[in-house]
Amino acid sequence: MTFLLRRLAFYVFTAWAALTINFFIPRMIPGDPVKSLISRFQGQLSTDALHSLYVLFGLDSDDSLWDQYVDYWRQLAHGDLGLSFTAFPSPVSEVIGDALPWTLALVGVTTAVSFLLGTGLGVLAGWRRGSWVDGLLPVTTFLSSVPYFWLGLVAIAVLAGPGSFFPSSGGYEPGLVPALDTIFLGSAVQHSLLPAATILISSMSGWILSMRNMMVTVAAEDYITVAHAKGLPERRVAVSYAARNALLPNVAGFALSLGLIVGGTLLVEIVFSYPGLGFLLFRAVSAKDYPLMQGIFLVITLSVLVANLLADVAYLFLDPRTRKEG
Amino acid sequence: MSIPTSSVEQVIPEQGAMAQPSVRPSRRRRLRFVSGGKAATGLAVVAGYVLLAVIGPWIAPYDPDARSADLLQPPSAAHWFGTTHLGQDVFSQILVGTRGVMLVGLTAGVVATALSVLVGVTAGYLGGLADDGLSALSNVFLVIPALPLIIIVTSTVAGAGDLVVALVIGLTSWAWGARVLRAQTLSLRRRDYVEAARATGERTWRIIGFEILPNLTAIIASGFVGTVIFAVMSEITLAFIGISSVSSWNWGTILFWAQSQQALAQGAWWWFVPAGLAIALLGTALALINFGIDEFVSPRLRSAGRSRARTADGRTVRMRVGFTPVLAPRPASPAGSGQREEAGR
Amino acid sequence: MSEPVLEIRRLSVDYGLGDSAVRAVRDVDLTLHRGEVLGLAGESGSGKSTLAYGLTRLLPPPGVISGGEVVYHPVDGPPVDVLTLSPTQLRAFRWAETSIVFQGAMNSLNPVHKVSTQLMDVIRAHQPGLGRPARLARARELLRLVGISADRLDSYPHQLSGGMRQRVMIGMALALEPQVVIMDEPTTALDVVMQRQILSQLAELRERLGFAVLFITHDLSLLVEFSDRIAIMYGGRIVEQAPAAQLYGAALHPYTDGLLHSFPALRGPRRELTGIPGAPPDLRAMPDGCAFHPRCPRAFAPCDSRLPRLGPPADAPDRAVACWLHPAPEAATR
Repeated sequence: MTFLLRRLAFYVFTAWAALTINFFIPRMIPGDPVKSLISRFQGQLSTDALHSLYVLFGLDSDDSLWDQYVDYWRQLAHGDLGLSFTAFPSPVSEVIGDALPWTLALVGVTTAVSFLLGTGLGVLAGWRRGSWVDGLLPVTTFLSSVPYFWLGLVAIAVLAGPGSFFPSSGGYEPGLVPALDTIFLGSAVQHSLLPAATILISSMSGWILSMRNMMVTVAAEDYITVAHAKGLPERRVAVSYAARNALLPNVAGFALSLGLIVGGTLLVEIVFSYPGLGFLLFRAVSAKDYPLMQGIFLVITLSVLVANLLADVAYLFLDPRTRKEG
Repeated sequence: MSIPTSSVEQVIPEQGAMAQPSVRPSRRRRLRFVSGGKAATGLAVVAGYVLLAVIGPWIAPYDPDARSADLLQPPSAAHWFGTTHLGQDVFSQILVGTRGVMLVGLTAGVVATALSVLVGVTAGYLGGLADDGLSALSNVFLVIPALPLIIIVTSTVAGAGDLVVALVIGLTSWAWGARVLRAQTLSLRRRDYVEAARATGERTWRIIGFEILPNLTAIIASGFVGTVIFAVMSEITLAFIGISSVSSWNWGTILFWAQSQQALAQGAWWWFVPAGLAIALLGTALALINFGIDEFVSPRLRSAGRSRARTADGRTVRMRVGFTPVLAPRPASPAGSGQREEAGR
Repeated sequence: MSEPVLEIRRLSVDYGLGDSAVRAVRDVDLTLHRGEVLGLAGESGSGKSTLAYGLTRLLPPPGVISGGEVVYHPVDGPPVDVLTLSPTQLRAFRWAETSIVFQGAMNSLNPVHKVSTQLMDVIRAHQPGLGRPARLARARELLRLVGISADRLDSYPHQLSGGMRQRVMIGMALALEPQVVIMDEPTTALDVVMQRQILSQLAELRERLGFAVLFITHDLSLLVEFSDRIAIMYGGRIVEQAPAAQLYGAALHPYTDGLLHSFPALRGPRRELTGIPGAPPDLRAMPDGCAFHPRCPRAFAPCDSRLPRLGPPADAPDRAVACWLHPAPEAATR
């Protein structure tokens, strides 16, 4: 279990680093755009809200940096991320709480599906070199070189539009009230199809390619030759010997590239006006809603850390060598 | 965003058990990488883009900002890529925008590569506490989602220009390369000739400069290309969502205006298709260069040149791991070595 | 001498196809008799491993078998040419009739599966009727056979020492009681003590189970002790073949002589170590005539132009050599 403990310690450290970066970013900027924004809402802000914004953005220039830092942590510990300007007077945590499930569902599901599907195709491409899957490689390379959001634009232009089955924007039918019933969920799924397909198409090729290369590398290992020499059925050699080992670096790579993938998928939300964190970040950026921006960055970072931890747990189950006691 | 899991990480796993770049590749081997089809194609396309970046603003038929009476015109002889809602020439915007894209991509690539070499090679060579610290640092940067961080930083810097954007991207995207370089330096350090140089009291900077760095060339190059891809994508993204300055042209700015002016709803496909294709072509070309480097470093990855062969008696056999093809005619008959010529066909 | 169990006839193996092909094994004839240990020695690059992987058709691309036959004689039933088997037939043939112990003790076992899984999956593939308890019992028995306690069944390869791993591989090789076991440098990666332990265990197992061994190594002194007959390979061809004691006593081919003087003998009288000057031939540009002549201290007129054929010299009918110093009575040229 030391492996997991070490990883956990690392993630705690990373979370601390991210939160500290988050503390310093607004403090490094000459002139404070936040102050001007605060003054716009001057009359409507309670003293508490004002104080929390001061703490977050370092406007208490009388305090020492250390005191500011301690205050900042105390405030985060209470889950107080300040007030959102765009959704005034809702607190940032509430605004993010509304958007998070959408992103988790869309990005979470598509990333997992993309990894599984891409890995599966990569196994085929690597095991049977020169098969039809090899023909997919140039296509997927091209598709992965297209920015996610541009592919989304094209998808909307070609597939969505008046009278089409695919809605071009939003997370659900505008008239519906979010609830856990079939009508709403059906509408939500229908709205997520196109963004999901966009993410899938542009992110899958990376997995196909890396898994293919890993399969090719692993196929030359001695234990694969032994497996052939043992006269095992081809399926068993391919799956239980080759793919099973090739998967390990791919899972490790999955954990490491999560941060990048999430960045890309957030853009798809923007194009489709999907009510998740990416679209929220876009709105916050256009409106210069700094508290909301910072909050979203924190939540995204922490989510990626949790996803990383999950990938590590998966790795632990896949590789007996990390399970060593002591 | 392309996922950079493909390249060097796979070639050099941490155990270092698999194919590694051969020690001290000869000059001929280095040049052979260029003659590989993929890398050569990629390099040619990128060279074309660099040329456009230099001469683009001069050869552009129109001033990209100049408005005209041809509002939202589809492509024609006068406007190859059509016009915008203000009558601006999209083709000229693409040409002029190439410079910004390439500048940011290459600058960020240089900054990130320099940092990754500094951090990765130092960590790998020094080992111990320095390694632990630097590795932790690069892992932190690896795990923190870069794009949101870049978005936040650039949006707090008011009116970020190309240089700021390039610096921010470069400063946040070095971690991947550092990780790969560290692993490879670690394994190089244990090679005999490096041990020997250390034992004879060679200075550290000389060992790193003359024994280690030359053997990291392929990985550094691949990391550079990977960062350029990421930087170009990020820059275009920033422009597209309107964070970096929209007054200077790059392909993202074109897409920003296309999106904000509802080009899609008006059916003005020419407004966003050329920019997207330009990005895709550049990205593909860069990816091809990296495939070339990967295959150069690890020849096993090359598509098996010929995987099928016809035997003397007309059967087709496949190259296949675990089942070596038999070219001899069957049923087995006395067969001499004179058969090889026919068998190869 | 007993009946043959594996006959290799005029086997040629290439790397690559067409004009770019490099011939690594050339017209090799070799016969393994039932229950004997046949040693195959040569420098690296002599083609000895390529021969072993070629005859089992395990050679990875771009390797191709460009000619010849590999005839296997089952205990009962007609002989089969391994090179004509379909993939399905080949899978059934493998391990049941000929098993292999590879040189990489470290990498031969799949790192993600337990020892028991890897012992049992081969039994399951070939004897699908056997239930899990029976397979497990067999796996336990195999470990005992090679002197490993049964509680290692649940171990993963990384939890075993190098010697233990190689013993597991030997146990695995005997799982289906094959007639032939091919061993490719099985002890090279191990230390000398472990080497001797494993070899004596192997000799004992062979006494008991009666399988034939094709033992490949670059260490000729090991073979002198361990094998009944020895074949020497150079440049993709067999250059000498003789009963072990005779070969050690009087090598006919100058290359064999050089090899014998490259290793200290473990037992017996001391010899002077001289080694062989020069480097193994480039397979892309083989010298004309005898491939060894550029390095041969005793080369003379015919050596650089005419290829000597492998055959029994006039004075020793039970051994064979390909050298102009000892021309076979009907020596042919090419």
